Amino acid sequence: MKKNSSVVVDLLLLLLAITVLATPAFSDLVLSKVERRIDVTSQIARVTKTLKVVNSGSESVSEFTLTFPKFLSNNLAYLSVSHSEGKGKAKRSLANLSVKEAHPKGMPDLISFYSVSLPKPLSKGDTLTLEVVAAFTNVLQPFPEKITQRDIHLVMLQESAQYLSPYVVESQSLSIKLPNARIESYTKLENSKVQGSEIKYGPYKNLAQYSYAPIVVHFESKAAFAVAERLVREIEVSHWGNVQVTEHYNLVHRGAQLKGEFSRLEYQDRPNPQGVSAFRHLLARLPPRAHSIYYRDDIGNISTSQMQSDSKKTELLIEPRFPLFGGWKTFFTIGYGLPLSDFLFASEGKRFLDISFGSPMIDLVTEKLIVQVVLPEGSKDISVTTPFAVKQSHEIKYSHLDIAGRPVVVLEKNNVVPDHNQKIQVYYKFSNINLLSEPLMLITGFFVLFIPCIIYTRADFSISKSSAAYLAKLQWDEVLATLQEVQNIIQKCLAAHDKLEASLRDLSRTGDIQTCKAARKSTDSLLKDLSKELRPLLASLQSFPSASQISPKVEELVAKERELQEKLMAKHTTVVEGYEKKSSGRDIENRIASQQQKIIALRQEVDDLLEFIDEI
Amino acid sequence: MAAKKASPDLVNSSFSFKSLKLKTKQQELLLRVSILGLVYVLAFIARLFSVLRYESMIHEFDPYFNYRTTLFLTEKGFYEFWNWFDSESWYPLGRIIGGTLYPGLMVTAALIYWTLRFLRFFVHIREVCVLTAPFFASNTTLVAYFFGKEIWDTGAGLVAAALIAICPGYISRSVAGSYDNEAVAIFALLLTFYLFVKAVKTGSLSWALGSAFGYFYMVSAWGGYVFIINLVPLYVLVLLITGRYSMRLYVAYNCMYILGMLLAMQIRFVGFQHVQSGEHMAAMGVFLLMQVFYFLDWVKHQLNDTKLFQTFLRITVTSAILVGGIALGVGTASGYISPWTGRFYSLLDPTYAKDHIPIIASVSEHQPTAWSSFMFDYHILLFLFPAGLYFCFKRLSDATIFIVMYGLTSLYFAGVMVRLILVATPAVCLISAIAVSATVKNLTSLLRTKQKVPQTGSTKGVGSSKSSSKVTLDQSQPFHKNGAIALLVGVFYLLSRYAIHCTWVTSEAYSSPSIVLAARGAHGNRIIFDDYREAYYWLRQNTPTDAKVMSWWDYGYQITAMGNRTVIVDNNTWNNTHIATVGRAMSSYEDEAYDIMRSLDVNYVLVVFGGVTGYSSDDINKFLWMVRIGGGVYPVIKEPDYLVNGEFRVDKGASPKMLNCLMYKLCYYRFGELVTEYGKPTGYDRARGVEIGNKDIKLEHLEEAYTTSNWIVRIYRVKPPTNRL
Repeated sequence: MKKNSSVVVDLLLLLLAITVLATPAFSDLVLSKVERRIDVTSQIARVTKTLKVVNSGSESVSEFTLTFPKFLSNNLAYLSVSHSEGKGKAKRSLANLSVKEAHPKGMPDLISFYSVSLPKPLSKGDTLTLEVVAAFTNVLQPFPEKITQRDIHLVMLQESAQYLSPYVVESQSLSIKLPNARIESYTKLENSKVQGSEIKYGPYKNLAQYSYAPIVVHFESKAAFAVAERLVREIEVSHWGNVQVTEHYNLVHRGAQLKGEFSRLEYQDRPNPQGVSAFRHLLARLPPRAHSIYYRDDIGNISTSQMQSDSKKTELLIEPRFPLFGGWKTFFTIGYGLPLSDFLFASEGKRFLDISFGSPMIDLVTEKLIVQVVLPEGSKDISVTTPFAVKQSHEIKYSHLDIAGRPVVVLEKNNVVPDHNQKIQVYYKFSNINLLSEPLMLITGFFVLFIPCIIYTRADFSISKSSAAYLAKLQWDEVLATLQEVQNIIQKCLAAHDKLEASLRDLSRTGDIQTCKAARKSTDSLLKDLSKELRPLLASLQSFPSASQISPKVEELVAKERELQEKLMAKHTTVVEGYEKKSSGRDIENRIASQQQKIIALRQEVDDLLEFIDEI
Repeated sequence: MAAKKASPDLVNSSFSFKSLKLKTKQQELLLRVSILGLVYVLAFIARLFSVLRYESMIHEFDPYFNYRTTLFLTEKGFYEFWNWFDSESWYPLGRIIGGTLYPGLMVTAALIYWTLRFLRFFVHIREVCVLTAPFFASNTTLVAYFFGKEIWDTGAGLVAAALIAICPGYISRSVAGSYDNEAVAIFALLLTFYLFVKAVKTGSLSWALGSAFGYFYMVSAWGGYVFIINLVPLYVLVLLITGRYSMRLYVAYNCMYILGMLLAMQIRFVGFQHVQSGEHMAAMGVFLLMQVFYFLDWVKHQLNDTKLFQTFLRITVTSAILVGGIALGVGTASGYISPWTGRFYSLLDPTYAKDHIPIIASVSEHQPTAWSSFMFDYHILLFLFPAGLYFCFKRLSDATIFIVMYGLTSLYFAGVMVRLILVATPAVCLISAIAVSATVKNLTSLLRTKQKVPQTGSTKGVGSSKSSSKVTLDQSQPFHKNGAIALLVGVFYLLSRYAIHCTWVTSEAYSSPSIVLAARGAHGNRIIFDDYREAYYWLRQNTPTDAKVMSWWDYGYQITAMGNRTVIVDNNTWNNTHIATVGRAMSSYEDEAYDIMRSLDVNYVLVVFGGVTGYSSDDINKFLWMVRIGGGVYPVIKEPDYLVNGEFRVDKGASPKMLNCLMYKLCYYRFGELVTEYGKPTGYDRARGVEIGNKDIKLEHLEEAYTTSNWIVRIYRVKPPTNRL
């Protein structure tokens, strides 16, 4: 009630001011026809005006003045003026005109003035049609201010039936579009009538300057009065191909407040799911190809949301954890990724991000919108262009693997309506080399991690270099190294044996004695060389006291290997001789059978010994 | 010709392969490291079921408190945290958080968080908290490996690591999101034991010091440290009695006890309990006994006369026991040494809590364990455990004596209380691992020796390229090899069943956050009941910031953490009277309850009700405990008033007091008008399967403020008193 009474006082003061106004018009412009349409089907009052301006004076005029009562202009969220040419269907809108707030002298405070600069001066007798679109928030006052769960939601709109203008108006009409036909009351004037869910006032002819006829319309509204008290949109650009948008909503229902108790029983029994005094859903229209969408709040994921997407748009229907009644609040976060190629473009050596400014929610009023555009680390020469005035500042944000931090452009604007959902452009310079910095950092990190490991395993960190234990360890390492070498040589010998055997097999197949002999010769020399190499190793092994346990085994191994060598040679000789004498295969086989058995036994022993040494 | 050329090539390639081949030792190391690495990863990912099924969130009740305190610690720093007086709980008393919690978990998570931030990974503290438990479970597998290696061999260590990685008894407390003290405490417990065993084995001061620090970490993390401080002295005592006293033991125990005690005193919640509380006296007694032993040893060495020594021994032991007994008696009588707490008593006597402390008995995880849950949590380990004990006794050493004692005592405690299955799990895994490892090792060695001996092949001739080496079986033991193979197959079958069982249990039973409830719908689709968070978030957003919420203590931590509102009682249960007052309010008539609520400045009352969804752990089913706890302090509340012939009912046959008490009214307010199930009358309670007895409930001093979409949580506003004019 308080709010309402104050508005009434405002109205009275306004009327008083208007009657006092005696100054003549700004210029000799005359509005030959004014059509106003007010759409209050949502919580935003959207006023569209078509003004036909005629210059009846003698001088050409380049400025046009728009006026609003102060109590309305305080809630003015959006104003745009465009002029159109032609008539009827051929009418086309041209570019928006620039609008500035003006403070002419000697005018009462209760009226706000906006001056519109015309595209070209209007000379005498010329006409011009202006299209004005204005969106007001908070002008639909819930009345009564508190209702119970069962009551219907009524709101009140205050306007003027006559167009408030510093110019003479020859003919004007007003139509108010309401959400439904349920009208509680409205101010009845002459020429006012109700048509379904529309109230019409006028036409009124030949009105003087600053004519004003207050009207009040009281009607039912089922619209969601969802207001974001604060909305933070964080747009993070990653040159790896993603634009991540995160939006934090502080949402409140600004309709009539809930009085008394909330009954779940009644709420769930009512057939109409769209609660009259509460709303359950919000619809967000995201850009097409939005992906990885999430919806959560401080305490976790919210599972009540639905998504539909096609090639043109992605629609996200989100349901807060609880239905929002008048005065109830909630906070949540939605986030989604967008493909970089849809939003990032290049021009004149700069890159620019072209992305919409406002919230994707439908019919949402945002009291304070903060848009943070986070650019990649290393971006330079940042500039922003916006279609309307916003407050700008810069910040630094630290994210994963950042050193210098990412530059953030912060844009702030109060009282934002869906009409502000226009594209903004953020220009910046960024070199692709910077892309590599983070992977390189990771690589360096792992490198730095492994370097100490490598050093630790390779380097000798013992404090006392002369202690017995340390020396013993050193010696043992040497023993192991020698053993390794011995093993290698034995392995080589065994490989040579295998070669010898292979040559025998070849002989049996081809009968080529000469190659076989050649193979024998080469193997012979190889084995001799190897045994030469083996000698100093054995000697050094014996000199180590710590190898006293091992050296007999090694010696045994070497001895066995030599024996094996001899047996093999003997066998080889026998076979080759057999072939030279052209004796039968069976005969040769019989002759070497005993040798063969010994060879196998010896080979087994050598293998066992090798395995034993291997396990040391 | 091609074949001719191919054969030397083949020889060459096999030769080069042979030279590349790793040595047996290197192979073994590689195998061991890769198995351990896989087990480490496995232990982590097996615990991520809860994140996959639900989301990355904190589970249950206590973790919410831990999360809230961790958040506070990371935001305000350690000193603020240490001196934190929380006025949001236990209104109007408040709680000194810094002095009444085990800070180990929070400090650990905060350290991980700070380290990650230092390394430029800007993660959210919630993610750190959610993943702390799996991370420490992974670390536990490493400790289990080293422990197993210490008491048996590397094979047993590996098996132990693998077994503990997926053992349901451990997973139940360490899934992702289960951010509770136990998550790090089991790691600390096993680490302390491992280091102590190592210290006893080596007699090295450094291992004993490590064990003392492990003990310090354990004390800072969980109240279960009492188990260590009693088991270790018991173990030492057993070693003394069995004549295994050695200098190694003396060094290990004294260092661990003294340093551990001094370190533990730094934890404010523990303070001087090590020298003042009855639960810690055993350790001190054994410490003194060790000194007597050492002294006697020295005297024996000096005297060289057995007869004289015997008399001396008698006098010393008698006087030592006498002095100790008198000191204990005087200390207890003068109140310097506090007697055992109720929880400790209830461990020794399972029926104690039921008769004396209803607040302990009312918690479901304090109930005695059923056989089925042993089977559920241990599966084959239950059978492998005795086998492992057999192997331990067969190869008795200081280390195996320890693991046997740990296993037997913890298994006893696991039988007394369900939640202590957790403490027994590492012991059971280790002992079972010994059984598995020893069996498999025996069987495979049987197989290996067989293959090696008869390598007497014979080449048929020079011409035959394939030297077919026939393996002639040793005819003396014809069935050994087959038997061994069959047994091995059996072992691997059992182990694979164990793995399947563990995975199933983890995914089905232990991964539910219990904040979000999930059910199967009629068409097999998954229905999620997110009512708890709905209600808590409503409280957070739509009540005055200083509102006081009264609810049963179970929900206290969650309301403060998620709802961010002041509660009257919470899960800390430190003040029985306060809880009893709430219990009394809930079980009184509305106008009497109103006076209690006014005196406690209550603005909202929250009840949990499962009548619509059939959710059975709601406040009506807990109501008898409220009556009992309330009646324990306020004799006006009498349990029989709420029962009819000893039976708890909510239908028409219920007692009049039951039908009109506050809890009944708040749960069933306007429920009588609701149809919950097709074909049933209105007001049909699905959780209890009855039609309620009082359908016309009028509230005088309270009004419904919010009820969640499935009616699980109902919040009522307490109206201000009516104007008397």
